Amino acid sequence: MDLGDKISVLCGKTSYEGILMPSRSDNTVIKLKNGYNVGLRADKIELLEKGQSVSLPQKALHKREGLPQVSILSTGGTIASKVDYRTGAVTSQFSAGEIISAIPELEEIASYNARVIYTILSENMRAEYWIELARAVAAEIRSGSQGVIVTHGTDTMTYTAAALSFMIRTPVPIVMVGSQRSSDRPSSDAAMNAICAATVAVSDIAEVSLVMHAGTSDDYCSIHRGTRVRKMHTSRRDAFQSVNRQPIGRVDYLSRKIQTFGSYRRRGQTDLELSDRLEPRCALVKYVPGASSAILDYYVDAGYRGIVLEGTGLGHVSSEWIPSIKRAADAGIPVVVTSQCLRGRICDRVYDTGRYMLAAGAVEGRDMLPEVALVKMMWALGNTSGREEALEVMSRSMAGEISDSTPATV
Amino acid sequence: MTDREESGLDYRAIGLVSGIEIHQQLDSASKLFCGCPTVLREVGDSNLEFFRYLRPSRSELGEIDRAALEETLVSRKFIYKSYDTTCLVEADEEPPSVLNPEAVEIALIIARLLHMQIVDEVHTMRKTVIDGSNTSGFQRTAYVGSHGHVETSQGEVGIDILCLEEEAARIIDDRDDELVFSLDRLGIPLVEIGTAPDIVSPAHAREVAQILGMMLRSTGRVKRGLGTIRQDVNVSVAGGARVEVKGVQALNLIDRIVELEALRQVNLLKIRDQLKERGAQASDEPVDVTDIFRKSASRVIQGALKKEGVVLAARLRGFAGLIGQEVQPGRRLGTELSDRARRAGVGGIFHSDELPAYGITDEDLALVRDRLHASDEDGFIMVAAPGDRASKALLAALERAREALVGVPEETRRALPDGASEYMRPLPGSARMYPETDVPPVLVTGEMLERLKLPELFTDRAARFQEEHGLNPELARVMAASPNFQLFEELVKRYDLPAAVVVRTLETTPQELAHDGVPVGNLTDDHFSACLALLSQGKLAKEGIPEVLKVLAASPEMEAAAAAEQAGLAGVDRSQVETVVKSIVAQKEKLVRDRQERAIGPLMGLVMKELRGRADGALVSETLRREIQKLLQG
Repeated sequence: MDLGDKISVLCGKTSYEGILMPSRSDNTVIKLKNGYNVGLRADKIELLEKGQSVSLPQKALHKREGLPQVSILSTGGTIASKVDYRTGAVTSQFSAGEIISAIPELEEIASYNARVIYTILSENMRAEYWIELARAVAAEIRSGSQGVIVTHGTDTMTYTAAALSFMIRTPVPIVMVGSQRSSDRPSSDAAMNAICAATVAVSDIAEVSLVMHAGTSDDYCSIHRGTRVRKMHTSRRDAFQSVNRQPIGRVDYLSRKIQTFGSYRRRGQTDLELSDRLEPRCALVKYVPGASSAILDYYVDAGYRGIVLEGTGLGHVSSEWIPSIKRAADAGIPVVVTSQCLRGRICDRVYDTGRYMLAAGAVEGRDMLPEVALVKMMWALGNTSGREEALEVMSRSMAGEISDSTPATV
Repeated sequence: MTDREESGLDYRAIGLVSGIEIHQQLDSASKLFCGCPTVLREVGDSNLEFFRYLRPSRSELGEIDRAALEETLVSRKFIYKSYDTTCLVEADEEPPSVLNPEAVEIALIIARLLHMQIVDEVHTMRKTVIDGSNTSGFQRTAYVGSHGHVETSQGEVGIDILCLEEEAARIIDDRDDELVFSLDRLGIPLVEIGTAPDIVSPAHAREVAQILGMMLRSTGRVKRGLGTIRQDVNVSVAGGARVEVKGVQALNLIDRIVELEALRQVNLLKIRDQLKERGAQASDEPVDVTDIFRKSASRVIQGALKKEGVVLAARLRGFAGLIGQEVQPGRRLGTELSDRARRAGVGGIFHSDELPAYGITDEDLALVRDRLHASDEDGFIMVAAPGDRASKALLAALERAREALVGVPEETRRALPDGASEYMRPLPGSARMYPETDVPPVLVTGEMLERLKLPELFTDRAARFQEEHGLNPELARVMAASPNFQLFEELVKRYDLPAAVVVRTLETTPQELAHDGVPVGNLTDDHFSACLALLSQGKLAKEGIPEVLKVLAASPEMEAAAAAEQAGLAGVDRSQVETVVKSIVAQKEKLVRDRQERAIGPLMGLVMKELRGRADGALVSETLRREIQKLLQG
């Protein structure tokens, strides 16, 4: 008997009829005629009718004249997910084309080329995939795309946004988008996020940005700079927040009007540049009270090429770690300090420990987010030769990830 | 019931088939899928407001449910009020927790009481509901059992289904294109119980609802009070269609609802027959007649035109006179067309059988008829609203007119306070169900079922109280349904007192005192017990109990004996009673001689007043009788 078959199940004296569904236990799960699934300890099962395979009606993309050309690159994640009736879990197997046909408003904004790059959950992303994705984005731009939307799982979307920010200098908008509620539910944030992302993709904002709900209401999406955004909540729609900087702007869902809060690179202001080398052997090391300096030594001994420390407060680790920092620096490994506070700026000149850390060779990560510093380290090492040059890149703003002044309003 | 004679339906002859669905909130400590308490709040206490839009999604079979699809006719904004007693789960901002075990236990107890077959694994489903009452766009619901029954005066009525589900958010304002909901109610567990279509008459429907309600309350673990139980009624007559009337809050409306829905279907079938005879049609397209009403005196129309609205009209061939035909008291076929139009976000429609009226003149009507090429046999409908909505509304009304040519449409209707009903939405199909993958299935084991403690039903307990304690049926019923029933049994056993006195002390007296504003909530089991102890020791007369309870309610820390003393009720012995009786009989000698033995009634009152309840009534009456005899014989 196969999933989808119509069967009859006898339990004691009671008999049930329904469609065979996947089960995670020893019980037989059927979908009753009234739509409910139930699990039964079956005494006897009988096949009534073979099931027919169901295929979702696929709408062909029709291109409208006079609308800008936008590419949608799908990598998977909740925005591209639906219920898998084999495992009963939510999985990524929804193509970019299906997203467009599920959200008809998208076709009012642009005409689309849709490509599936990956169908993976974002926790399975890795540096090699960022490189491949950056190349795919660049290829779309080269072949005339006026904007690129990347659909992505939200867990690691900010890492990918940072990676694209460093690897591509873009003349057109590159917009990351995802959803926190799966798109198979009526309350999904996928539609609003996608519509706002498309609006940004055809706008003048030629940055790598991340467009997601600004609040819990369906009113605005924020346009976050790819190097300044962090997932700050496990489940809320407005999980993504810009840190240490205002977002670039916001999009009104209903009117699709964009309001910007500061400067941004404009469409066509630069030529396309792709620097697609990354050094994946970089580590982000979180210091916690009492943590052994052997942790840091491990990375050095294991051949890591760059280390970002996530220190406490203004950027500290235990003074016991200082010899290990010196050891890393002496081995030619750049060590950059960021803070677990996330908000605020590193300053290792206030307390002795900080001063000793700097003397040992650590470099302040300024107001960079720890994860962004990690991705930047991979990129810096991939595109420079040696520690000194990499550290020079690390302390300079390359894609808006560092600023010299922190506004009092963020 | 006089109304029944009015409709004069022979339910067997018209082929009435009916079943009911009961939705009962459970009194669990927390909600079905989160740790929030199951309490309702004042809307003014809301500490956060947010809004959302919903859009239909395809089911696992690739279909969009028809009920869900119709909701997209209207793209409404849903505003939600949140509280410090609701959380991210109600706001659809956090995945649900596991199915609340306490709620599962209560549901299983109820399933057992109804003799149901319980499934081995309870799966939580998502039932698409995009009217905004669920922030997620679906209601979570789980099938627990089937194949049950209850005994009724008309034989066994089958119980087809019992589901455990989450209560929807409470609607608090409908502003046409915006609906406001309160999240306090969302997620309170409830059981939905559906009977088989075994109900044979309106009175039977009411009886079944009463029996089910009694069984639910017997568990002691369901919520009580207004809005905590709702009945839906399914009705069809031969040749009609299954219609679900939702949201009946008062039990005593159920028979009226069944009756009026049967009547509605019978009347719609009569209208259908007349329409057929006339060769009626409802296939015309809407026609823009805005120009005719540019200078109309109708306030409704002018209001719509000011908002850049249009006036659309459509001819209904052969409908003249029938649109105004009554289908339920005060509701016409035209009302049904109007209900459908309102779903598209307009205030209603005009129809030819009610015009001229509302500032629309004969002259206007002639122009409209002319434009529509409508003859005297034809009717028409008209709507004034902003363009998009007007056209959606008129098309929806036309659709309903076409259904009138076929008979009774299958639909979900909303119960109105008078027992009639209005259109709500099409009957949902099974396409609206898909698995709630965030909630793991619950295994129901034999051990779980064995551990369940089934309650004694109120009716069984009342019968037992009558038999064991000689209570009359009324007092037995009151005591059996009271949460104090166990205390009653203990006290009757502990003190050698008449059971009726104990019931009055525990139930009737506190109720009367509460009515007078006495804080009876302060009274504990110990207070009642101590009072009855004084009574059984002869230290207090039963007439003095209300006074003592009153003192104890005001000063709960006081001993019962001290309370009796404070109330001036302590210890009156036989000789004191005799003294008082003698003096009263002497004062009222004339009355005694006039009325003879019958004087005992009025004198009893006077003596009791003098003794202020300090003496036992039986002793007083015995003494009085003796003294009256003495006087009459002496």
